[in-house]
Amino acid sequence: MTINEKQDEIIEEFDLFEDQLDKTQYIIDLGKKLPPMPDSKKTDENRIMGCQSKVWVDAELKDDDQTGARLYFYGDSEQTAQISKGLVGLLIRVLSGEKPEDIANADLYFIPRVGMGNLITSLRAGGLASMIERMKAFGRAYTEKTV
Amino acid sequence: MQSAIETTLDIQQIRRDFPILDQQVNGRPLVYFDNAATNQKPTAVINALTGYYEGYNANIHRGIHYLAEKATAAFEASRRAVQEFLNAKHWQEIIFTHGTTDSINLVAQSYGRRFLKEGDEIIISTMEHHSNIVPWQMLCEEKGCILKVIPVNDAGELILEEYEKLLSERTKFVSCVHVSNSLGTVNPVKTIIDKAHAVGAVVLIDGAQASSHLDLDVQALDADFYALSAHKLYGPTGMGVLYGKKELLDSMPPYRGGGEMIKEVTFAKTTYNEIPYKFEAGTPNIADVIAVKTALEYMAGLGKENIAAHENDLLQYATEQLSELDGLRIIGQAKHKIGVISFVLDGIHHQDTGVILDQQGIAVRTGHHCTQPLMQRFGIAGTTRASFAVYNTKDEVDRLVQGLRRVQKMML
Ligand SMILES: Cc1ncc(COP(=O)(O)O)c(C=O)c1O
Repeated sequence: MTINEKQDEIIEEFDLFEDQLDKTQYIIDLGKKLPPMPDSKKTDENRIMGCQSKVWVDAELKDDDQTGARLYFYGDSEQTAQISKGLVGLLIRVLSGEKPEDIANADLYFIPRVGMGNLITSLRAGGLASMIERMKAFGRAYTEKTV
Repeated sequence: MQSAIETTLDIQQIRRDFPILDQQVNGRPLVYFDNAATNQKPTAVINALTGYYEGYNANIHRGIHYLAEKATAAFEASRRAVQEFLNAKHWQEIIFTHGTTDSINLVAQSYGRRFLKEGDEIIISTMEHHSNIVPWQMLCEEKGCILKVIPVNDAGELILEEYEKLLSERTKFVSCVHVSNSLGTVNPVKTIIDKAHAVGAVVLIDGAQASSHLDLDVQALDADFYALSAHKLYGPTGMGVLYGKKELLDSMPPYRGGGEMIKEVTFAKTTYNEIPYKFEAGTPNIADVIAVKTALEYMAGLGKENIAAHENDLLQYATEQLSELDGLRIIGQAKHKIGVISFVLDGIHHQDTGVILDQQGIAVRTGHHCTQPLMQRFGIAGTTRASFAVYNTKDEVDRLVQGLRRVQKMML
């Protein structure tokens, strides 16, 4: 699936919920499903600044003979911060396994479209924007390495 | 004089004075429990602001025309109202500032720079707001003074024996919060002031949280300085007061120059105006100052003891109700506390709690509340804080409890 197909799928899923609380619950559940990152990866270098709770993101490039190099993301938040974890999980779902240049150039239109109101727009804006920026920076860095 | 605390306010009637409360947030009626950050404004206060701009907007003190006279009179009437509110001896002891933070900075920069010197000790407490930490740190850096800190016990009360140990003839200044914005603790400021005076130190009390809940009497307290913010008193934002004893204020240099603070300016030398004008450089927030009087009158109309009794009721009720939630720990269990209840939920980040409450229309504050050292003392990153004002109700407390149950259900 392309980045945009995954985004469309997420928009459809969120459309099933009418209530913001149900959407939030969905994000929390996504967070709970996210495999934990090993503590050794929870370094200051991998830490995203701008989140009120602690969040880490790391990436790994894997070569696939048929499709070329793909970037895989790993992320986590401090134990109790389930909403942040869910947001990392959503971004990972959209961006992980894609080509570095597609990640670097991705237009993440699903965020305003899932209709989570102030959850995304206000409180998390700083942290969420930093998460996206970090993931795209990985994309850019690996684009240079792979071309 | 009303003697009994029994008087019951008609809260539903009072709520009609606050138009902002009548709205839906995320599809549910708003519950506003962020009053320690700022409380809401009654129509009377809003009208005082627009009344000035619509009726007699003019610069004060210098004008000789009708509007200027009227504005000046209203402005100075507000000063008298604050004087009465604090029971200050002289109207000249009331200086209008931008708020508590600004008032504390004024004292640190004016009194501190003039009278404190290298090696002098300044005492604050662990439960200070950053506004009552940073100005003193800046002064210490500049002058080589030493900052000492009164510790707090597990209940969130100042340890007075430790305070006594910190006091010595080297102590030149004590700056302490009257009521903690994070814990609700009411500090024994009279005792703190008396003990400081016994070693010859000067005392500032940060009354930002105390002013809307407690009866204030700066003469009875014998406070040297008392700082407060109008926006926590049902008044406008960015507007505050510094009370200072006349002889202290007289001895202090101005720290901002220009406007009404001068007597005469020549390029050779400027002579300064008398207090309070010496400290009120530039055109002040005239409308906001005027509205402070209206806010004080509004509170007086309800009766401060009635407001306090109602808030205390809510605090008792909320404490009981919240204590029934599993995994909820109240931070700050002082014997003497008012209208603030701070807590942590096991396994749940306070930010998530705040977001999910907001989605249910409930406004609380989460985080460190500008008291990071205090959070470190309790070994936590932050709390969720509900703080009460006169217009809050027990039904709203029930909504909070239900909201928190929902948070737990979603997160755990
Ligand atoms: C105890 C305390 N001190 C100082 C302040 C700062 O007040 P202001 O922001 O109005 O200057 C606050 C406000 O939250 C406070 O609660």
